Amino acid sequence: MSLLRLTDRGLYCEAGDFHVDAWAAVPRVVVTHAHGDHVAWGCGAYLTSSAGAAVLAARLPAGAAITPLAYGESVTMGSVRVSLHPAGHILGSAQVRLELHGEVWVVSGDYKTEPDPTCTPFEPVRCRTFITESTFGLPIYRWRPEHEVMADINRWWRNNAEAGRVSLLYGYALGKAQRLIAGLDPGIGPILTHGAVERMTGVYRSQGVPLPPTTYAGAGARRDTPRGAIVVAPPAADASPWSRRFGPSSNAFASGWMRVRGARRRRSLDRGFALSDHADWPGLLAAIEATGAESVWVTHGYTTVLTRWLSEHGLEARAVATRFEGEREDAADAADTAEAAAP
Amino acid sequence: MKAFARLYADLDETTATSEKVAALVRYFGDAPAADAAWAVHFLSGRRPKRLIRSGDLRAWATEAAAIPEWLFDESYHAVGDLAETIALLLPEPADPAGDSGPLRVWVEERLLRLRDLDPPAQRTALLAAWSELGGRERYVWNKLITGAFRVGASQRLVVRALAEVSGVPDEVIAHRLMGAWEPDADFFRRLVATDTEDADRSRPYPFALAYPLELEADALGPVEEWQAEWKWDGIRAQLVRRAGSVWLWSRGEDLLTGRFPEVELTGGVLPDGTVLDGELLPWLDGAPLPFAQLQRRIGRKTLSRKILAEVPVVLLAYDLLEDAGADVRGQPLVQRRARLEALVGALPGGAAIRMSPIVAALDWAALVDARQAARDQNAEGLMLKRRNSVYGVGRRRGDWWKWKVDPYSVDAVLIYAQLGSGRRAGLFTDYTFGIWDDGKLVPFAKAYSGLTDAEIAKVDAFVRQNTVERFGPVRVVKPELVFELAFEGIQRSSRHRSGIAVRFPRMARWRTDKRAADADSLDTVRALL
Repeated sequence: MSLLRLTDRGLYCEAGDFHVDAWAAVPRVVVTHAHGDHVAWGCGAYLTSSAGAAVLAARLPAGAAITPLAYGESVTMGSVRVSLHPAGHILGSAQVRLELHGEVWVVSGDYKTEPDPTCTPFEPVRCRTFITESTFGLPIYRWRPEHEVMADINRWWRNNAEAGRVSLLYGYALGKAQRLIAGLDPGIGPILTHGAVERMTGVYRSQGVPLPPTTYAGAGARRDTPRGAIVVAPPAADASPWSRRFGPSSNAFASGWMRVRGARRRRSLDRGFALSDHADWPGLLAAIEATGAESVWVTHGYTTVLTRWLSEHGLEARAVATRFEGEREDAADAADTAEAAAP
Repeated sequence: MKAFARLYADLDETTATSEKVAALVRYFGDAPAADAAWAVHFLSGRRPKRLIRSGDLRAWATEAAAIPEWLFDESYHAVGDLAETIALLLPEPADPAGDSGPLRVWVEERLLRLRDLDPPAQRTALLAAWSELGGRERYVWNKLITGAFRVGASQRLVVRALAEVSGVPDEVIAHRLMGAWEPDADFFRRLVATDTEDADRSRPYPFALAYPLELEADALGPVEEWQAEWKWDGIRAQLVRRAGSVWLWSRGEDLLTGRFPEVELTGGVLPDGTVLDGELLPWLDGAPLPFAQLQRRIGRKTLSRKILAEVPVVLLAYDLLEDAGADVRGQPLVQRRARLEALVGALPGGAAIRMSPIVAALDWAALVDARQAARDQNAEGLMLKRRNSVYGVGRRRGDWWKWKVDPYSVDAVLIYAQLGSGRRAGLFTDYTFGIWDDGKLVPFAKAYSGLTDAEIAKVDAFVRQNTVERFGPVRVVKPELVFELAFEGIQRSSRHRSGIAVRFPRMARWRTDKRAADADSLDTVRALL
């Protein structure tokens, strides 16, 4: 029995008459999280986690019909029981569990298995069919513990501060930026933010996520920026007139892609910190195993690699196309580019 | 090894010259002389040849990472660099923070010994090394064993840092780094020794290099201030005549002695204390032969009488660096040239050292014409040197320009693409282009360079969306994009499907105004032969 099928607007559940992470406007959609490649504007009704409702509202036009659902609670849509479970990706990110006559499917959305101080940790959910992302589905992607990477970032910031340089730290405006801010050591200097980051940071604070104080960097002149400051901005701001006005600076990008030297060199960055909100290779394998699924659909990323690996390990696995070709780092970037500099 | 890997990372992590020099100064300030000598060796681009077969290396790394072969290959395609792929795939050692020991020991007792081991012993040695070295050190180690070690610091920065550490002038350090030396503690002590009276008489001077001329030539000012020469397509070389001997050095600082006996013989006639700069060229009946003829001689260990007769070589001299034992690089070019002409003019007739002629011109227009006709001379274009210029160290902007002939160009269609490596890993940057032959596109040339990063991003997206077929890493794409390819030489070839081989092909322009049908045909290209 197939609870979901792929349509030209994304995954569709016929028995419940709703889409999951639709690619285009549909009447009813369940949203795993508020990143641009998982949300379509103009849907009739949105269902998302209670923790993520405010985040989603900030990314949609005013007046969008958003119904919140607490993690672990369920609603019935058509003949399908739907519940949401923490995915550990960003604030409010959820896996979607679908149940019909004892048949259980789970759509992971994006997830990571490592702890993150800004969101509820990933919880494995037992199911027969698991639809998993595979952004970092290669064994070269293995993350170091977050505290070690944050220590590197703080050390880089401190060195820059001592040398009289501003630190420009790039990370996706929603999720990564707040996770970075949570790990920065405010004893080193002031934390400034790009408009897109400041806006989402405000939403995180309104949801009770503790974050050190930040200041919107605004559009002021460069002499307003204290030399020891760090500026957290989306990657699209790199090498823009906005980023140049801070004067002498060092730039760095925090992303899982930075694990590979070429990806960092290509962006002409001073530093790359491999900090990701997606599961690494061991994380993907562990998460899949924990679901107990017999059948796995692989989407968003290195789909052919993970599909082959799982097939060779006795699972029924297939690759599922996505709207974005996920094998490239710019997909998530593109979704962020539309963000304005003002909050 | 740890300090050297740290230095590598420091150099890699910044684009600022001052920070690179600071990192080098930190390293050389602390490193024991024997380690520092090896560091200088690697930083100056000297590196061991590949020590292990790449197939073996892959197999052992796949085994150590405990993954199937296909997954290793997929990982390699994503990373685009074998040494890095292996470093990323292997499990971390038990104690990555531990002290791994000095660079000298790693190089002399482990790296260089790999060469003499049989494959099973190599495997044991490699697995042991990998289990001892942490991520960054393992990466540097892999780079060294694959013979692909490169670092983001030019020789000039290394020289500047060594000068700063030792208090010895830059020029002396640069001079001491020329030529052959053994990377040991004694060498490093001599390198930074404050007594600048160098004993080794064989050493050449650092070669002065020219920048490509991108302006219109007349922007250089009055033509009278410039000396024009042919830009030869040979081997740039210095001939050192000192202490009764002759040494020939290539620009890559290889000692060529023994390879060109006719030139050395003539060099022996020059007065002691003479150093010439010029170009080694195959030369017959008063004119240069194509470069391919010179290649016939380069590869040979022993030179038969036959080859010496078929491909005689001369040194076309164009500068004088040392005269009667004195360094004359600080004199103006006209003065050096006059002395050079006197010295070469005194050689017996038929000598294998000749003057590289001056291309005389009353105005820039005449030089523009001469440059266009350079291929008739088997030359690549013109060199423009300011008459009052000194002989500089390395590449300096302003006094010496190379002014090459415009390349050939052909409009061709993108037909295959492959992922790039290094900085372009994960992006489709390696392209094969086709031209029309009888209604079909035949592969004509491969090109990797010439596009901006923004253009690469667009072509990359095109390849992903328009892949028709995959052959391993090669994607066959819809023939839609047209590029103007530029190249230097063209000749017939039985090894190429089009029957034509070109030299240095690159993308000159993306012809977004052209459709595939507008691209050139094999017939048009054959007409260039």
